[in-house]
Amino acid sequence: MNKLETFKSSLARSKSGFIERLNFLIRGGDIDADFYEQLEEILISGDVGVHTTLNLVSELKNEAAAKKITDRQTFRSLLADKITAILIAPSQPAEPETIPQLILLVGVNGSGKTTTAAKLAGYYKAMGKKVMLVAGDTFRAAAIEQLEIWSERVGVELIRQHSGSDPSALFFDAVNAAKARGTEVIIGDTAGRLHNKYNLMEELNKIYRVIGRNLPGAPHQVILVVDATTGQNAISQAKKFNEALPLSGLILTKLDGTARGGIVVAIRALLDLPVLFVGTGEMIEDLAPFDAETFTTALLD
Amino acid sequence: MFSGLAEKLQSTLRQLRGKGKLSEKDVDAAMREIRLALLEADVNFKVVKDFITAIRERAVGHEVMGSLTPGQQVVKIVNEELTKLMGDKAGVLSAARKGPQVIMLVGLQGSGKTSTAAKLAAFLQRSGKKPLLVAADIYRPGAARQLEILSEKIGAAFYGNLADNPTQICRAGAAWAEKESFDPVILDTAGRLHLDRQMMDELVAIKKTVSPTDVLLVVDAMTGQDAVNAASAFNEAVGISGIILTKLDGDTRGGAALSVRAVTGCPIKFIGVGEKIDQLEPFYPDRMASRILGMGDMLSLIEKAEAAVDRSKARELEQKLLRQQFTLDDFKDQLVQLRSIGSLEDILNMLPEGTGIPKEMRQMSLNETNFKRIEAIIGSMTKKEKIDPSIINGSRRRRIAMGSGTNVQEVNRLLNQFAQMQKMFKQMGSLEQKGQFKKLKKKMKKGFLF
Ligand SMILES: Nc1nc2c(ncn2[C@@H]2O[C@H](COP(=O)(O)OP(=O)(O)O)[C@@H](O)[C@H]2O)c(=O)[nH]1
Ligand SMILES: [Mg+2]
Repeated sequence: MNKLETFKSSLARSKSGFIERLNFLIRGGDIDADFYEQLEEILISGDVGVHTTLNLVSELKNEAAAKKITDRQTFRSLLADKITAILIAPSQPAEPETIPQLILLVGVNGSGKTTTAAKLAGYYKAMGKKVMLVAGDTFRAAAIEQLEIWSERVGVELIRQHSGSDPSALFFDAVNAAKARGTEVIIGDTAGRLHNKYNLMEELNKIYRVIGRNLPGAPHQVILVVDATTGQNAISQAKKFNEALPLSGLILTKLDGTARGGIVVAIRALLDLPVLFVGTGEMIEDLAPFDAETFTTALLD
Repeated sequence: MFSGLAEKLQSTLRQLRGKGKLSEKDVDAAMREIRLALLEADVNFKVVKDFITAIRERAVGHEVMGSLTPGQQVVKIVNEELTKLMGDKAGVLSAARKGPQVIMLVGLQGSGKTSTAAKLAAFLQRSGKKPLLVAADIYRPGAARQLEILSEKIGAAFYGNLADNPTQICRAGAAWAEKESFDPVILDTAGRLHLDRQMMDELVAIKKTVSPTDVLLVVDAMTGQDAVNAASAFNEAVGISGIILTKLDGDTRGGAALSVRAVTGCPIKFIGVGEKIDQLEPFYPDRMASRILGMGDMLSLIEKAEAAVDRSKARELEQKLLRQQFTLDDFKDQLVQLRSIGSLEDILNMLPEGTGIPKEMRQMSLNETNFKRIEAIIGSMTKKEKIDPSIINGSRRRRIAMGSGTNVQEVNRLLNQFAQMQKMFKQMGSLEQKGQFKKLKKKMKKGFLF
């Protein structure tokens, strides 16, 4: 299966009301009086958010008027272009050059960080890289064991300390170990935290600083892991995490559920953060690089 | 109290100041604002639609009474209806007809079932129960171990067996509880997607085997529009008796609460408000209503404050506040008490945005160092300065900075914060006179600190 097909099939596993209605709406015929209102409703029900939806629809309205578009079919491609344009990242982050590369995963509790860390390890391992996982969640009970089991399944090295230890110190050691062993990619898990907790965000910033001190330029990527079922709060998450340490992008998990990730559109529209990968299940291989066009095509197909 | 929504409604209904009735047109304009507020809070759009239809009727022709401005009047109606819709107060667990209570936790991945299981056990321990925690999640790596560690931490019994299937585990756990007279039995099931037929069947099988007294759906408070799909699917497939809302210590408005309540008809029984094991609380619909509308969680804040403060001091303070005699010494006392309630950040997060809490205050982080410095600054002031900070001129500021080992900027910042606070209290005081704090006061009884 190619990328597009994988994507479509994972989306097709459940046709959510959102997609169904969107398809129904853009299937054909003329744009009538409440077309735009319906469109607003559909976007909002897909978690795109009131603000982004109203902006998007009003822009589309103007464009459609300017281009004298009156039928739904033409409008459909206009909409697709618009969403793609929002989702497309201005510039993809350059592929890793220096060794080791360190990728840090952050996010709220239960968003899927640990599982995603394991998936990423599998992803880079499949590319032939020497990968190391760091059990940076030293707080939650058995979080270390969780990643340990994954590291065995994936077959990559794990750096861990005991539960309750200082995560900054752990990352300091992990960087040293990676340097000594010629590790190419370090993937760091962190404890889940709500973005409005001052002390926990400070702790994250400390991890960030300690890593940077021991490995100049690192962490090379800080990725916010966002659950696709999250509503508007994801925007606040992205903002606040980005304030604590500069994010390079997002990974959207649990897209195999019925939530269709409209929140991605909102986040992209409001913040300059690219979506890097999507998670589509609980297995190692359930991770796919995010592609705006594919996403939009699958969404509107 | 006077949130973004209230303000918006105020300006929408400005022409109505004074007495009169809300016309259909006014109500429509107000309903649009309410609709947007609810959608922004992540209440499902269908639920919003039904809700708006229901309250519209009540609002049309409503008297705009006495001191209340029309915007607040509408907010009041909305708040009341939301509270009603969110149902019965502080949910209780169903009793067992015979044998132990069996509480089964179900939900999507990552919603917080495992930590909630332990919190619920701790909650029930506090009322003298002897719970058994059963790990029925054999899928997520480390899940059973997580529950085991948590059970050790709270000194509750634990049952798990990774070699068995979840139904067998639950049956064995329940049997063991019967034998050892553990009560209740709390079953932590694996997170699953409501689309996953096989996994949903597993829940049905467990339910059939152990006949739980409660099946509680654990829902992440940050969930968006999809909350209705998951909740109704779980309810249809398994049948739930209640809901636990988690992660409410975040800054989410938590509209999912309304959505899941509306589509399942099941009461929200508990809420999770922190990562600590004792941070599970009974659900109060009135507080949730205010929160969804962006009016903060004033009431739980007041309750927390009540629990932490010295009663007589609080009464004294209340008088001072209302008479606007709040000094820097009181400010320091307040900080001391605040620290026993929780972090300032937690407290400010419970307050509605735009309550009149100045931005400076929201941003003020009260960590140990900051606190020590504030204490030192106030400690370096003379009695007169503390009572009337307006006399603190440039040279006094320099002296205070020197004396406290801080700098003039810090002194300035503190004085500024204090001035803001005074201003806020002044507003509150005048509201008090207008009787708008009556309802709130009834609940707070003892002392309202912020
Ligand atoms: N269906 C589905 N479940 C996922 C996905 N990613 C993670 N999960 C599940 O979500 C739950 C929480 O994940 P975990 O990695 O422990 O979250 P963390 O607390 O952020 O580390 C686990 O049960 C995972 O199996 C995904 O893409 N799809
Ligand atoms: Mg984790």
